[in-house]
Amino acid sequence: MKTIALALQPSDLAVLGGACGADSEAILLTGAPEASFGFTTIHCTGWESLPPADEAARALADLVRGADRLIAVTSMAARELVPGLAAHAGAACLSDVVEILSETRFRRPIAAGAAFAEVEVDGPVFFTIRPSGFPAAEPTGEASVADLALPAPGLERITVAAARRVGRPDLARAKVVVSGGKPLGDSETFERVIGGMADALGGAVGATRAAVDSGIAANELQVGQTGKVVAPDLYIAAGISGSTQHMAGIKDSKVIVAINKDADAPICSQADLVLVADLFEAVPALQKLLASR
Amino acid sequence: MLILVPIKRVVDPYAVVRPLPDGSGMDTAGQKFDINPFDEIALEEAVRLKEAGSADRIVAVSWGGSECEDQLRKALAMGADEALLFEAEDLDPSVIAAELQALVAELQPGLILMGKQDTDTDHGQTPPMLAALTGLPLASYAARITISGGSAEVVRETDSGEETVTVPLPAIISADLRLNEPRYIALPGIIKARSKPLTRRDRLTTAAGRTRVVAYAPPPDREPGRRVASVEELAEAIQAKGVLA
Ligand SMILES: Cc1cc2nc3c(=O)[nH]c(=O)nc-3n(C[C@H](O)[C@H](O)[C@H](O)COP(=O)(O)OP(=O)(O)OC[C@H]3O[C@@H](n4cnc5c(N)ncnc54)[C@H](O)[C@@H]3O)c2cc1C
Repeated sequence: MKTIALALQPSDLAVLGGACGADSEAILLTGAPEASFGFTTIHCTGWESLPPADEAARALADLVRGADRLIAVTSMAARELVPGLAAHAGAACLSDVVEILSETRFRRPIAAGAAFAEVEVDGPVFFTIRPSGFPAAEPTGEASVADLALPAPGLERITVAAARRVGRPDLARAKVVVSGGKPLGDSETFERVIGGMADALGGAVGATRAAVDSGIAANELQVGQTGKVVAPDLYIAAGISGSTQHMAGIKDSKVIVAINKDADAPICSQADLVLVADLFEAVPALQKLLASR
Repeated sequence: MLILVPIKRVVDPYAVVRPLPDGSGMDTAGQKFDINPFDEIALEEAVRLKEAGSADRIVAVSWGGSECEDQLRKALAMGADEALLFEAEDLDPSVIAAELQALVAELQPGLILMGKQDTDTDHGQTPPMLAALTGLPLASYAARITISGGSAEVVRETDSGEETVTVPLPAIISADLRLNEPRYIALPGIIKARSKPLTRRDRLTTAAGRTRVVAYAPPPDREPGRRVASVEELAEAIQAKGVLA
């Protein structure tokens, strides 16, 4: 079985090395690999940044046609690239696989995590995976790197590029995530209370859709069914009701802490540790205690 | 310009649905159904573009059974000029993309405005698949759309923030949550829209899905949580879990 790991960035390689198995090859779309992670060859496109997804899919189509499996780590970018590749290659396509059950059978969450679907596929299959379900590969040895020197098409379409996040860890992979909801009120308060706590723990910041919609938090911080899926060791939810859509993005966290002033909020029956309190008092106090540990 | 808006009928996203005990499907008995929220946002945007003079006709289209007429009637009430319903059972994204490709060839829309994902399967595959099949440019996850002189400027959401792209028309744009807030349509509006044409047609292609759900299972239960009485107790409990580096 020919498996291709499609790494959008170098940090995808460790996860994909674990999911792909021995004798697979990787295609790395941006950046340079730090190690082999078990891949026989890592083909580098030489792209400085990702081209528009439809252009990228067209540019990569010939390289991936004929693969039995193509695996990428889920992200907004991967979720718009992999289906295009599948359509070009005539492969089946699955989003957000959490478990590979057999050569033809896969498990993935549906309906905001209300159920897991077992899906059977015919023929080749291209899919994205959620990293939490797969053990990362060791960074064994230096990689055998092959340069593809592919032109990066369609970059002229991007007139204002996304600003890169600086400082805090990547939300989707952070070990600690501190998230806030609508009650934070405004962006300064959100940054002071939630950002302060995250920085004290070396964690990332997340938010609910309600917080993002009311302009309290940046859109890329949205966690949930239609935002980012996180799986940290510690998820602290402050002033978050625990809607199905939000919980869909945090269920794989090891420990979920809820700080909510309403003991009947849905999150209070789903979190591992629940403190019924006013977040404006509890969060700074907790920050002090944990920072001085 | 003609705008084509695909509509999917989904169970109310705020409803709590569970798998059937035998795992053969989701238990949607007695649930309310609605237009997939992202499709509703796409349609709202199409209506606003028409109101602003950037489009002159909106065609809403759905694949499924006759029950999808309810959602198409609502689409007509929201401002679509015409609705098409293709009778289909297999709603795999690759099938919908192939059907849409054929419909795009027939109608030659200037813009295909669609939801970025649905809320029942959470696939999010149809827009990029349609782009691959048609060769039309794709702008996904739109938060703002401006049409001028044969192109669309789209502010779109990305993993790290927002970027602005300009795509020539015809193009495919997928809608994200922040694009707009759809107008509310009361029942009388839906009844009034009955005079607008809703046409039922046979499927356009013989495309067959390459994926098949064979079982639905409930998510694993989390261990019951623990209520702590104070911030001090919470700090100790977090440390005892060993989850801080
Ligand atoms: C199609 C669709 C997709 C969606 N996708 C997402 C998604 O990806 N992510 C997401 O998060 N949501 C999503 N939502 C929205 C979701 O349904 C909820 O509306 C949202 O998560 C609620 O956000 P919240 O908890 O911040 O706000 P609220 O529901 O307003 O809850 C605030 C909570 O804070 C508590 N509180 C208030 N004041 C304090 C205080 N001083 N101290 C402590 N606690 C306090 C309250 O008791 C309450 O429980 C989606 C909805 C739809 C329809």
